[in-house]
Amino acid sequence: MSNTDLIDDLLGIVPGSHLDLVRRHRSVARDNIQRAYDALFEPVDASQLSVLERAAIASFVASLHRQPHLSAHYAEKLAEIEGGKLLSAVVEDAVDQGATHGPYGNYPAGPLSNENQAGLHFVVSAAGRQTLGSRLSAAFDHAHLLVFRPRDASADAIAALSAAGFSTAAIVTLSQLVSYTAFQVRLIDGLAALAAATVGAEPAAALNA
Amino acid sequence: MTEPAKTPNVFTQAEIGWTPWAQPLAEAELTERHYTGLVDASRAKSPYFLLLAHDPEVLEARTKADKDIFYNPEGGLPRAERELAATATSRHNGCIFCASVHARFASTHSKRRDDVQRLLDEGTGADLGPRWNAVTAAAVALTDTPNNFTTANIERLRSEGLDDFAIADAISASAFFNWANRLMLSLGEPTPAQ
Repeated sequence: MSNTDLIDDLLGIVPGSHLDLVRRHRSVARDNIQRAYDALFEPVDASQLSVLERAAIASFVASLHRQPHLSAHYAEKLAEIEGGKLLSAVVEDAVDQGATHGPYGNYPAGPLSNENQAGLHFVVSAAGRQTLGSRLSAAFDHAHLLVFRPRDASADAIAALSAAGFSTAAIVTLSQLVSYTAFQVRLIDGLAALAAATVGAEPAAALNA
Repeated sequence: MTEPAKTPNVFTQAEIGWTPWAQPLAEAELTERHYTGLVDASRAKSPYFLLLAHDPEVLEARTKADKDIFYNPEGGLPRAERELAATATSRHNGCIFCASVHARFASTHSKRRDDVQRLLDEGTGADLGPRWNAVTAAAVALTDTPNNFTTANIERLRSEGLDDFAIADAISASAFFNWANRLMLSLGEPTPAQ
């Protein structure tokens, strides 16, 4: 387990700063957000979903969200893992091909059907599948669905993962990985906006007093 | 019952259920490692948490972060508005089950059940008064993918009287529901109220 805090590192939050005080106001959350990261990337059991697969999926998800700090972090992480550099270019292609805006998707038939919104149903390209393989390709297809059109998730989507060789435990970890990364992006962007809006603001002065 | 119950297809504050698409652990299979992940032993009765217990370390961290973001009474955003942020996020992503649970919490803590219902019925554009509109707009901006959250959202929350601890809570609650919504939506579906 690392002693560093990834979000602090990426945002340049230093001890005693305004944002550090704000984050430490919810110190249990702060610590466990880091522990979730550690559990995903230094897992007790990597037998169901490898660390290489995890880094490739997180890199894809962070880049789909266009979060520059987190995208760079996961791209670096992927490149550091054996076999990762081979995947980097394919991840970048998949990000270009999968770029869109969400959330969209369909509701169960009924009064909400008028809120149904069409959008891209991404699948990894034939060329990409050759490098990623059927298992990681299925994970990318699913990750894109969860990132942009979570309300389209279905039993069929889970069945597609099973057919590609994912165990139930792997499916759970995959869901956590994509969902956690979607959270991480937003926490970083939210805190970055708070930091940018803080200079000279009265509550900041009060906190620093 | 003469006809089979249907999957809930509207946003509601009723106590609907949730059923998994993958096999949760059986209570009999649980080890100490799983109970640590579940945090509260009572969660061993929930198919959702028993499914997430396939990865106990991530579940434990998720659950402890969740509880601190929503239940920590120390300053920050009032509980009702943390729940409002969770409800608005769930409404925008389209998680009928998550929205039902957190709409009930928002109603209980705010005593504004009708306003919460309008958020569910009309969507995140409903006019809920300036302060709730600011919290809802922040949740929507942060939930868009890629998100559209800017310093303008921060200024608007400040102008409604939120200090930076409260704003951080609003950000954390909305961000967290982008985690929770995706878990609930990807691993199962809502079932009708009993």
